[in-house]
Amino acid sequence: MYSEKVLDHYSNPRNVGSLDKRDRTVGTGMVGAPECGDVMKLQVKVNEETGVIEDAKFKTFGCGSAIASSSLATEWLKGKTLDEALTIRNTDIVNELSLPPVKIHCSVLAEDAIRAAIEDYRKKQAQPQPLEAARP
Amino acid sequence: MKTPIYLDNHATTPVDPRVLDAMLPYFQEKFGNAASRNHSFGWEAEKAVEDARGKIAALIGGQPKEIVFTSGATESDNLAIKGVAEMYAEKGNHIITAVTEHKAVLDTCKRLEKRGCRVTYLPVQPDGLIDLNRLREAITPQTILISVMYANNEIGVVQPIAEIGRIAREKGVLFHSDAVQAVGKIPVDVNAGNLDLVSISGHKIYGPKGVGALWVRRRNPRVQLTAQMDGGGHERGMRSGTLNVPGIVGLGEACAICQKEMTGEAARLSELRDRLKRKLETELDEVYVNGSMEHRLPGSLNMSFAFVEGESLLMGINDVAVSSGSACTSATLEPSYVLKALGIGDDLAHTSIRFGIGRFNTAEEIDYVGNRVVDVVRKLRALSPLYEMAKEGVDLKKVEWVTE
Repeated sequence: MYSEKVLDHYSNPRNVGSLDKRDRTVGTGMVGAPECGDVMKLQVKVNEETGVIEDAKFKTFGCGSAIASSSLATEWLKGKTLDEALTIRNTDIVNELSLPPVKIHCSVLAEDAIRAAIEDYRKKQAQPQPLEAARP
Repeated sequence: MKTPIYLDNHATTPVDPRVLDAMLPYFQEKFGNAASRNHSFGWEAEKAVEDARGKIAALIGGQPKEIVFTSGATESDNLAIKGVAEMYAEKGNHIITAVTEHKAVLDTCKRLEKRGCRVTYLPVQPDGLIDLNRLREAITPQTILISVMYANNEIGVVQPIAEIGRIAREKGVLFHSDAVQAVGKIPVDVNAGNLDLVSISGHKIYGPKGVGALWVRRRNPRVQLTAQMDGGGHERGMRSGTLNVPGIVGLGEACAICQKEMTGEAARLSELRDRLKRKLETELDEVYVNGSMEHRLPGSLNMSFAFVEGESLLMGINDVAVSSGSACTSATLEPSYVLKALGIGDDLAHTSIRFGIGRFNTAEEIDYVGNRVVDVVRKLRALSPLYEMAKEGVDLKKVEWVTE
């Protein structure tokens, strides 16, 4: 029922954890709802100079495919620029993990989580820096 | 101890070796048709069927002649409800049932609604039991049948059958019960319960699949049914079709074993169930039992593990066969309608597991399962953003979730 890759991500999830969501260089995306049986939290830590994602973490409440989709997403995000990250499509995740049709929503959720995290980071960056942080 | 461990005995049970031994001769040496009246092959088969009828009737306190053999409990439920609705159509067209019934009852009722019947679906209380006052209020002069299951297949709660029967009798309404999960597990007495029709299944009581029975009261009152299968007029005209002699022999033997061993077995299963429950409640926080603990089948435990999705939990305990209240695998993504009927939120319904402990489970297996569940729940909670938020004091009910 589950592909080898899904089982592998489920048994050894990559990049589990949380980053400080108040940090200006961290973008947080949380999508899904407990009532639907899936909630994904995905975070990226971005180098402000280069715009490259230096770290990514996730936590997921959901089925094995949802856990695998978000685990895979964090692997792919690391080292990518934000624009490159935005080119990741849910179909890439479906193909990589060989998800069956009933599990496609898990990959959609992962793509949504990536977008939400990047949007959160960009929103933070657009805001003026607090005075202390601006001092040399 | 061998894995995988089977802990899904509400879904089906293995055939007891003693049942299989009783059945085997009826496939080859004693292959006769129980309806053949002219030779010893037929007589032999007929005698075996009558013996089985006696054993099944004895287990529920009925008469052998009141047993109608069917292909299983789904057919028994269909025959009971449709058969009564058609036979008593002149008397009335109203049926009362409950929202937590098996689909064999609910979908039969829905079919009858399309044919002009009116059906009341009683809600259940948070413990899974129906409210007797609401039952009483639902009865009208048009009511011909009450169909309430004896024990629930998902949560194991046992309905107040004797009280329902008393109300039905008092109001002159027939009372059917799908007793698939109860017969052979707890004492069922058709007279004490004022029952009129009872559905029984073979494969839930260590008998074979593909055989069941409907017990139909013959006296006070004499219940009549319109047959749903036309043919040779077998089973007093109520169910045509050549009798499944080996299956019937198996069902009979399964009932005889249950009757003999029920008392000790029920105590043993209750102890195993409580042992599992204790383990999980001691080692994990935020776990909840679904349904009444007081009115419950011995081997049944349904629990929710908050902040952990049921299917991922099943994946983690893949050497244990249990069932989940989350239907994430189905296209609808809807959690169990039974849990929802108890008022359990979708969030907790998605985190539920049904443990069905049976005759062949051991204490060693239960301890193994307990440990596995504790390990996997801990691991998944470390992965769960909901658990993290709850621990930070966030009220998850107040969060605005982002959904499509």
